[in-house]
Amino acid sequence: MNDNEDNLNTALFNFLLGLGDDRLILGHRLSEWSGHAPVIEEDIALSNIALDCLGQANAFLQYAAEVEARGRSEDDLAFFRDAIEFKNFQITELPIGDFAFTMARQFFFTSYSFILFGELQKSRQAKLAAIAAKALKEVRYHLRHSAEWVLRLGDGTEESHVRMQHAIDELWMYTGEMFLDEGTRRILIEEGYVPEGRKLKPLWEERIAEVLSRATLIIPLEEEYMAKGGRKGIHTEYLGHLLSEMQILARSYPGAKW
Amino acid sequence: MKTEKDEILGYLMEVMDPEVPALSIMDLGIVRDVEVSGQDLEVTITPTYSGCPAMKTIQDEIISTLKSHGFNNVLIRTVFSPVWTTTWLSDEARGKLKDYGIAPPAKSEAEEFIPLMINTDQVSCPYCDSGDTVLRSRFGSTACKALYFCNSCKEPFEYFKRF
Repeated sequence: MNDNEDNLNTALFNFLLGLGDDRLILGHRLSEWSGHAPVIEEDIALSNIALDCLGQANAFLQYAAEVEARGRSEDDLAFFRDAIEFKNFQITELPIGDFAFTMARQFFFTSYSFILFGELQKSRQAKLAAIAAKALKEVRYHLRHSAEWVLRLGDGTEESHVRMQHAIDELWMYTGEMFLDEGTRRILIEEGYVPEGRKLKPLWEERIAEVLSRATLIIPLEEEYMAKGGRKGIHTEYLGHLLSEMQILARSYPGAKW
Repeated sequence: MKTEKDEILGYLMEVMDPEVPALSIMDLGIVRDVEVSGQDLEVTITPTYSGCPAMKTIQDEIISTLKSHGFNNVLIRTVFSPVWTTTWLSDEARGKLKDYGIAPPAKSEAEEFIPLMINTDQVSCPYCDSGDTVLRSRFGSTACKALYFCNSCKEPFEYFKRF
């Protein structure tokens, strides 16, 4: 393999790891609602969405493992890496908070996934395009689910409005890194494998502005400080705690089978 | 003339979806292709939803079913493209779903931009055929189903979501 192919492969591996990790970590967070959601329909909905996230994570991590070609499986990637090796955006690892916080995060992240997969399904990389096209269909349902809750709570009671606005304000600083074109992503952009993050941003802003204004919510100011670093393995203190729970079984009993 | 491939596809009709046992994996369109080369078989399948927990069971069932018909070397390949859609369900499959008590999916795929706060699905009750039904939850006991209630016969029921 020559250097160029090698660089392209590394870039693709990093990108797939990011996509897989976002969904693995968010899926785990959503699963924390199982048995705890405010109503049974939401318990079922959040568990279903968590499952879709895990399925998508599985597809991306399996592909990442294949690209890496070092004998690691998707399960090895999920259960035997430490926090610093995880490439998920920080927004996905934050604790679930109250129901408004969970829904606001779902809304921000799912709107982003909807736009990303819409572009990624046109990728020159056929396998990446296929996984994105598949995931996009699931994301449409997730997007409606979270957007409707943003509407209901934002334009609901005084209490629900305050809580939803608070969630939006708290989460805003974690939305910036979803649109950065950092690291090796440039190589993939040049190859026509992945879209530019900065081009997805206005599309995302347009979609969320539409729902937030209908929900009588205020969009935080653009120039606010934005957290970043997830894709480089820089995380909040919360990720380590999440991993300790998610990985304990696999690490205590390596190779365990049902 | 019936080819060996047709014969194998026939055997695969015996493999039922573990979560919707009214339908076989052929009815659902999960099996995309079968390639025969001598004693070796390659079965190409596609998942319904990417997180469908039944996929592992389905793979095991395919292998054991084909083994019982004398094929010992079966390789299963999973593809994501073309993306699985409920429009692949035949009229016969839709009939089987209804008989099982699950309202079959509408014949179109979901909209690209699913509208908010409006339900665009027209769902008839699988028990009394009444169109006077109401959506209770967009998510049900499995990823592919939503929960409905029939205002006419007062029965709750499941709807196989269009996808």
